[in-house]
Amino acid sequence: MAEIALLKTKGLTRYFGGLKAVENVDFQIREREVRAIIGPNGAGKSTFVNLLSGRIKATSGSVEFAGEDISRMPAHKRVRKGIAYTFQITNIYGSMSVLENICVAVHNRLRPSLLSRNHVSEVDIEAEAAEAAKSVGLGDRLSEVAGTLAYGHQRLLEVAMGLALQPKLLILDEPTQGLSDSEIASFKEVVRAVNKVTTVLLIEHNMDVVMTLADQITVMERGTILAEGTPDAIMNNAAVQAAYLGARA
Amino acid sequence: MSLRNKKLFLLCLATLAGLFVLQFLLSDYLVLAFTRILILAVFAMGYNVLMGYTGLVSLGHAMFFGAGVYGAGLCSYYLGTSLPVAFLAGILAAIALSFLIGLLALRTQTVSFMIVTLMFSQAAFLLILYFSEFTGGDQGLTLPTSARSFSLFGLAVDMTSGVARYNLALSVFGVVLLGLFAFTQGPVGRLLIAVRENEDRTRMLGFDTYAIKLLAFTVSGGISGVAGALYGLMFGYIGSAFAEFKISIEALLFTLVGGPGSLLGPLVGTGLMTLLIDRLSGVTTAYLIVVGALLVVLTLWFPKGILGSLRDRWLPWLK
Amino acid sequence: MDIAPYLLLATLEGLVQASVLMLTALGLSLVFGVMRVVNVAHGEFFMLGAVAAWVCASLIPGPPYVPFIAALLVAPLFVGALAWASDWAILKRIDYNPEATIVSTIGLMYIIQQMTLITFGPDAQAVEAPFYYTVRFPWFGYSGYKFFIIAVAVVLVGGLLYLLRHSKVGLYMRATQLDRETAQNFGIPVTKVYSGVFAVGAMLAAIGGVLVVPSQQAHYLMGHDPLLLSFVVVIVGGLGSIPGTIAAAILIGMSDGLLSVFFSPTLAKIFSTLLVALVLVFRPQGLFGKAGR
Repeated sequence: MAEIALLKTKGLTRYFGGLKAVENVDFQIREREVRAIIGPNGAGKSTFVNLLSGRIKATSGSVEFAGEDISRMPAHKRVRKGIAYTFQITNIYGSMSVLENICVAVHNRLRPSLLSRNHVSEVDIEAEAAEAAKSVGLGDRLSEVAGTLAYGHQRLLEVAMGLALQPKLLILDEPTQGLSDSEIASFKEVVRAVNKVTTVLLIEHNMDVVMTLADQITVMERGTILAEGTPDAIMNNAAVQAAYLGARA
Repeated sequence: MSLRNKKLFLLCLATLAGLFVLQFLLSDYLVLAFTRILILAVFAMGYNVLMGYTGLVSLGHAMFFGAGVYGAGLCSYYLGTSLPVAFLAGILAAIALSFLIGLLALRTQTVSFMIVTLMFSQAAFLLILYFSEFTGGDQGLTLPTSARSFSLFGLAVDMTSGVARYNLALSVFGVVLLGLFAFTQGPVGRLLIAVRENEDRTRMLGFDTYAIKLLAFTVSGGISGVAGALYGLMFGYIGSAFAEFKISIEALLFTLVGGPGSLLGPLVGTGLMTLLIDRLSGVTTAYLIVVGALLVVLTLWFPKGILGSLRDRWLPWLK
Repeated sequence: MDIAPYLLLATLEGLVQASVLMLTALGLSLVFGVMRVVNVAHGEFFMLGAVAAWVCASLIPGPPYVPFIAALLVAPLFVGALAWASDWAILKRIDYNPEATIVSTIGLMYIIQQMTLITFGPDAQAVEAPFYYTVRFPWFGYSGYKFFIIAVAVVLVGGLLYLLRHSKVGLYMRATQLDRETAQNFGIPVTKVYSGVFAVGAMLAAIGGVLVVPSQQAHYLMGHDPLLLSFVVVIVGGLGSIPGTIAAAILIGMSDGLLSVFFSPTLAKIFSTLLVALVLVFRPQGLFGKAGR
């Protein structure tokens, strides 16, 4: 491979008691790629991306990001290194305004140290937050209280917070779940635009979204990788059809 | 630099001006009552940083108030330091203690956090009793007359004068109020609220939430210590009653009544409650029953307090 | 002089203390285990038991065992009803939110305590033991009543354990403890289980209060120490674990008797409060818990 891997795992494993949620996964993602992870429920997809983001600690194995071993790094430091994670269940600050929600994310990027002396003005933070809101189409809802937004807009806000971090890798955990068709269409546009500057890893059940967006697909089953390849290759993979696509049809 | 939340800032200034004028209108007895209210309001404001803004309910803030009382009082009593130096010593003692306790207690959450802070605070209270030869125990120590006045920058202040005490308390209250305005209404305040609303989300936006909570805990404990140090020195008496469980509950009650997470809520809550308790304790020895009933009523029907409810209905800037 | 008599005496005193503690702490533990809430007013239920015993003793004529037996029935019923009412009036309405429950049970603690002060007065009141019988040892005589305390505690705890393991009510409680929602879906009346558990927890404390009153006197502030010690027991034994609670009650009840021979009570309390705090910080599953090895 000519390009260097942005993120690489070796033997990544997580047990919950006796359950092998993720077992011995070797995984790579190149820069500027859109990668989809698919698989039946309970295949370990969410656990796997949580191991990447650091929300869950690995039982064994290593994670390398941009050439650096981050296996022991706590979640918040991984975010600073450029791994942004958006939650499967909408996870926003309900009582804050849309703008304030995104400001928290921008704040982290511009003023990472809690009592930092290099003062970045609130004006700059708010300007960048407004920009991020605009890029997902929430530009005219800045002062609305986030908890009162429609579900689809809350999901977009979640994405905007991820974007505001300007990550190298954006992890989206089932981003289109519960969205309407038109919302899904605009979501796809957002991901395409984002992909011009960043790498995207998404867990997704909606095969239409996966097929239109993904450059590469990884299929997981029972904690391990079953297959990997381009959308076409995956569609024609007999093992995948048997295990997953076939079961759905 | 642009000022966020101008309305609240103006309200703070108006409040301070009103409190200044108040001393010319009230009787000596009420001036004394308001002196105590101002100092206890500082305590409740410190408590509010942790409970209201950061969402961490401590049941042990008496230990930080007590650290201020004893840090300042013992310094003055045994070392004979001037009052400003003793005052600083009290604040430093509270900051150091809250930092240490925070390091430990913040490893726990919700119910455990409440019990851990309660237990540390009880241990501190019992330590004061155990070393009563040094601390005066529940009898307390009365500071010598030499510690009843001081001069700072050529300004002589007599602690036996009611007017001097009121204005000193008001000055400290004003400094803490404006300091907390800057702290809570700016970007750091937004982080505290972010932790309160959703800690996991905040961590996944790249913040070390433990550090944020520790900062809030230390600031909260430090301000409680400011109140304690001021109280002990101003009235020239230190005693274990300042570190009792009841003191922690008062901070909680004042904050709950006024409105957790609103800058002026603690002042409103402290004012109302102190006046009420003063009245009641003249009537019955069982005045604590009202404290108990209020705690129940507030959690049941009025968890946002007075200013919190105003904020939700009509005044969204009342943070 | 020989140390054996002292050791025997300390052990006996420790066993008595451990028995009462076991009852009281088990109440707290049961409530936490099933409902996941901490009842700060638990010590007041203990105190009410003691005060009820005094009320019975002063109202009911006859030999001392008559009012005592009456108290053993009346106190838990009264306190259980009060707890049931508190659950209905307060805890249910805040949906057992853990933090709000602590705050409101602190309120409840003050209410009960001050109501007792108003009605019962500030003075400590003695109650006669139901019977006098001295067990003779070669070195000293020991109150037979204290053996009776141990016996009552053992019988009650044994009965409770049997009920938990083998009855339908016990099954309901265990199911609710494991998963409130699933239990509800299986048709278990979760709200009734909650009210019942809260009442039973309070009743256990009340019985503890009745049992100690002949040797301790009744006083409106007497709930503090049992509350603290129950906390120590429940947390050291592992939050919500019944066997852990029993083991810890015996350990702490026994050692408290021994320690107070050597140290001042204040120092012993400092030690227990710090123990609770540090166990919660560093070993939240309790000293006897399995997890986190």
